[in-house]
Amino acid sequence: MSKVPSDLKYTRTHEWLRTRPDGTVEVGITDHAQHALGDLVFVEVPQAGRSVAAGEPFAVIESVKAASDVYAPLAGEVIEGNPALESAPETLNTDPYGEGWLARVRPTGAPGALLSAAEYEQLTSEEGD
Amino acid sequence: MARRTPLFAIHQAAGARMVDFGGWDMPLQFDSLIAEHHAVRRAAGVFDVSHMCVVDLEGAGVRPLLEQLLANDVGRLTVPGKALYGCLLNERGGVIDDLIVFHLAEQWFRAVVNAGTRAKDLDWIRRHAAPFGVSVRERTDLAMLAVQGPQARSSVAAQLAPQAAARALTLGAFVGAEIDGWFVSRTGYTGEDGFEIMLPAAEAGPLWHALTAAGVVACGLGARDTLRLEAGMNLYGSDMDEDTTPLESGLDWTVALTPGRAFIGREALEAQRARGVDRKLVGLLLEERGVLRAHQRVIGADGGTGEITSGTFSPTLERSIALARIPAAAHGTVQVEVRGKRLTARLVRPPFVRGGKSLIG
Repeated sequence: MSKVPSDLKYTRTHEWLRTRPDGTVEVGITDHAQHALGDLVFVEVPQAGRSVAAGEPFAVIESVKAASDVYAPLAGEVIEGNPALESAPETLNTDPYGEGWLARVRPTGAPGALLSAAEYEQLTSEEGD
Repeated sequence: MARRTPLFAIHQAAGARMVDFGGWDMPLQFDSLIAEHHAVRRAAGVFDVSHMCVVDLEGAGVRPLLEQLLANDVGRLTVPGKALYGCLLNERGGVIDDLIVFHLAEQWFRAVVNAGTRAKDLDWIRRHAAPFGVSVRERTDLAMLAVQGPQARSSVAAQLAPQAAARALTLGAFVGAEIDGWFVSRTGYTGEDGFEIMLPAAEAGPLWHALTAAGVVACGLGARDTLRLEAGMNLYGSDMDEDTTPLESGLDWTVALTPGRAFIGREALEAQRARGVDRKLVGLLLEERGVLRAHQRVIGADGGTGEITSGTFSPTLERSIALARIPAAAHGTVQVEVRGKRLTARLVRPPFVRGGKSLIG
């Protein structure tokens, strides 16, 4: 069973969001997502300063077998992409909610429809783990 | 409904991620594809390859039949047990399938063909076998395990009775023997030493359990693919098919154009060679970050284009490698279109890895 921390918000496309004290939002992929993708070997994080629209592909993560887009869960300006993932993409597998964060974004609007931990858990149990 | 090997329930109980492969429900990975890959390079791994199609060919006309069907020279098989890799070609010289054929006895050969091409291969072989009076029998009663890695042979030997173990350990490269009811051969698809074992279906589960209990790592098709690509081995349907010839697929060494040999596709290959082979299959090593994947476009320094046929991240080299079919004149470096960007890759001669060691300078 994959982990779903109760203090985060989630999307239907398996991203998580954490609002930080300064109002910026940290974004990553869920434990469920990293498990489904398998061993990750390449991550391309968004550049600082980039403006993203909600739902826009803003990062690429590749496992041995396939490449996947990660979608910006809200509109905003990218403050920074996680530089550590370039040399250690496996951090996304080992610590998806901590050291494996993908990007920090300064929101320019309200996020779209987000899921609570309970709702996300429900979604993944319907999809199968 | 996908077909299942005799080990299906064991894979499911182990929590393997299953995938459809050539019409079979097969394990893609058990725990970590990369860990499985490294286990084979550094110690030993075991693969369920029971989906492979084993076909016994028997009769007085079996040699002339194989002379006609195979682009490689079955005449090289003079000692029982010896194996030969080669291609079945159509009249255009295109590859119907690649296979291994074992010489079991003077009138008995055993072919191992791909799962995804099983029906057309059997049809093709049966059609040509009839005039030679050769019986074609698919051995669906057999399962097949591949045990690969530097410790693979000793791991298998530990499961055999002393005399059988001694016999297995004397097998030379690309040779097999019937040992206590199992056909054990020193063959594989990983670039490592090891055995492939054909055995009665009911005995496959106990052997699988015994090997994994002894520390041999259960491996899925995901690791099988990264291992074979590092070893520079082609995958049928990706790196060659009915519209490409062995000469365009890095398989010149499997084509025996000895004078006097008549095999299906020979005339087409000779015509192609005479007018010049304009495409070649090469190895690519990505010089930048990213992952090469099948069907990405390759652009040579002179503007000639080609395509990646197989690409992956190489766990051993920790960078991306690929096989690509490109213009014969290309050399040096090429550009590859990867997700909207052009990345530089260097042409290298496969294999990339052999016997656990990088061959990339």
